[in-house]
Amino acid sequence: MTPAPVISAETLSLTFETNDGPVHALKDVDLTIDKGDFVSFIGPSGCGKTTFLRVVADLEQPTGGTVSVNGMTPQQAREARAYGYVFQAAGLFPWRSIGRNIALPLEIMGYDKAEIPDRVRRVLELVDLAGFEKKFPWQLSGGMQQRASIARALSFDADILLMDEPFGALDEIVRDHLNEQLLDLWARTEKTICFVTHSIPEAVYLSTKIVVMSPRPGRVTDVIESTLPKERPLDIRESPEFLEIAHRVREGLRAGHSYD
Amino acid sequence: MRFILPILTVIGLIIVLWYAGAVALNAKWTLDQASRAGTTVTFTELVADTMSQGRPRLPAPHQVGAELWNTTIQPCLEGRRAGTLECVTNRRSLFHHAWITLSVTLAGFGIGTLLGTLLAVGIVYNRAMDASVMPWVIASQTIPILAIAPMIIVVMNAVGLQGFIPKAIIATYLSFFPVVVGMVKGLRSPEVMQLDQMRTWNASASQTFWRLRLPASVPYLFTSLKVAVAAALVGTIVGEMPTGAVAGLGARLLAGSYYGQMVQIWSALLMAAGLAGLLIFVVGAVDKAVSKRMGYRA
Repeated sequence: MTPAPVISAETLSLTFETNDGPVHALKDVDLTIDKGDFVSFIGPSGCGKTTFLRVVADLEQPTGGTVSVNGMTPQQAREARAYGYVFQAAGLFPWRSIGRNIALPLEIMGYDKAEIPDRVRRVLELVDLAGFEKKFPWQLSGGMQQRASIARALSFDADILLMDEPFGALDEIVRDHLNEQLLDLWARTEKTICFVTHSIPEAVYLSTKIVVMSPRPGRVTDVIESTLPKERPLDIRESPEFLEIAHRVREGLRAGHSYD
Repeated sequence: MRFILPILTVIGLIIVLWYAGAVALNAKWTLDQASRAGTTVTFTELVADTMSQGRPRLPAPHQVGAELWNTTIQPCLEGRRAGTLECVTNRRSLFHHAWITLSVTLAGFGIGTLLGTLLAVGIVYNRAMDASVMPWVIASQTIPILAIAPMIIVVMNAVGLQGFIPKAIIATYLSFFPVVVGMVKGLRSPEVMQLDQMRTWNASASQTFWRLRLPASVPYLFTSLKVAVAAALVGTIVGEMPTGAVAGLGARLLAGSYYGQMVQIWSALLMAAGLAGLLIFVVGAVDKAVSKRMGYRA
C-alpha cells in the first residue's frame, strides 16, 4: 500500500470578493503531494500558485473543497507547527542578529533555552552560514539573508517546507548556487518541499513533480512527474531529458493561454 | 569635531545680530535721556550706553551672560553661600528654578510617554478605540495650552492638589500626543509578511506584540520622544505661570515681565533653552545606544 499523502487537495476553490467582482484565485484544484516530493508550482502571475501555498499554510481560507496537511486541516497543521514557510523576501528582523532571528520561532514554540543554541548552529551549518550568528541582517548579502530565512524555517524540524518564490529577488548566479544547495539540503533532510517559481529551468532542475497552473480562474493545467535522477549536477540542465521536460512545461503554460 | 566650526559660526552670527539689535532698540532711550538733559551724545557714547542700560529693551548678550553667571555659579564662589550646597538651592539661584522646572518636566514626560504608549496599544489592538480615541487625541491638541493650563490648576486646586502634580499634568497633556501618533505608526509598521510569518509559527498575540510590534516601533518611539520632551518642558513653563509665579523658570519669566526686568527674562529663557538642549541630547544619546544594541546602522 502507498503511504498517506502529505498534502492533498480536492476540488479546492478560493474566490476573493473584490470591488470589481469576484476573483477566482483557485478553482477546483485536485492535487496530492507525497512524502519526500519536491513539488514546484509554476505559472504566470495570478494563477494561484502562491494562494495555494497560503491555503496549505492556513494563511488564506478556501471557499470550497477540502485540503489536508499530514491528515489534518491546515489550521491544525499550523498549530502543530507542521511546516516551515519561506517567503519571497527574507523578512529577517533587523534588530535581531542572524542567530537570534533563527532562534525566534524556537523561542515562540517554547523550546528549552539550553537546546536553542545547538539547533541554531546546526541549521546555520545546513545552509552554509556557520559563523554568521552574531552578524546583523544588514551585514549579509541578499542571498545570505535568504539562506538565513531558510535556516529559520528549518530550525524547528517541520517535515514540510513551503517556499514562495524564495529566490525570486536574487540574481541568476546566486540563484543557481542556492538551487544546488537546496537540492543538497532536500536530499539530506528528506523533507517534502513545495516551491513556487516563475522560472522554467528552476522548476525542472529542482522538482520531482511540476505543477503547471494558469490564471483566471487559477487552476492546474498539467502535473509533470520528473524522470530526472535524484542526483542532479548543474550541467544536467543541458541534457536532452531536461530539455524535454522543460518543453512540456512550456507547452503546458502555453495551453493555459496565460499570455493572452 | 567637524561640526564645531559651523556651530561656532552660527553662534557668532547670532551674537553679532543680537548686539546690533540691542543698539537699535535701546538707542531711543539713550537719545531721549540726552535730549531731556539738553546734551548730545556721540555715536561711540551712544553704542556704549545702549549696552549698559539698567533696564534695556533688549539686553546685550554680555549683560545676560553676567546675570546668568551671578545667579548660577558666582554665589558658589564668593559671598556668604560660597562653597555650601545652599548656593544652588536658595531661591535666588537660577539652578534652583531650573531644577524645579526639570523635575516637573521629567515627571510629565514620563507620564506622557507611558500614557501615549498605552493609548497607542489600545488604538492598534482595539477597533473601537481606533475609531473613537484618535479624534479626541487630535482635538485635545487644538486647544491652546494657555487656555487649558489655568483650568487644570483651578480644578486640581479644588480637589486639594497644588504645585507639582497639576504642573506635571499640564506637561503630560502636551507630551503624550507625539508619543501616541508615533507609537501608533510604529506598532503598525511591521509588514503583512512579518505578521504572516508569526502566524505560521502559531505565535500568540502577546508574543507578536513583544517580539515584533514593540521592537519594530522603537525607532518611531525615539523620534516621538524628542518632540515629547521639548513639549513637556514648554508645558511645565506654561504651568508655572498661573500658579502665582512662585518657583520655576516660568515663574522667573512672569516675574521678569511684571517688573520689566528684561535681563531676568532673557537669562531664564536661555536657561530654559539650555535645559531643552540637555534633554534632547540625553534622549538622543539613549536613542543612539539603543539603536546600536538593536543592530541598526547608526
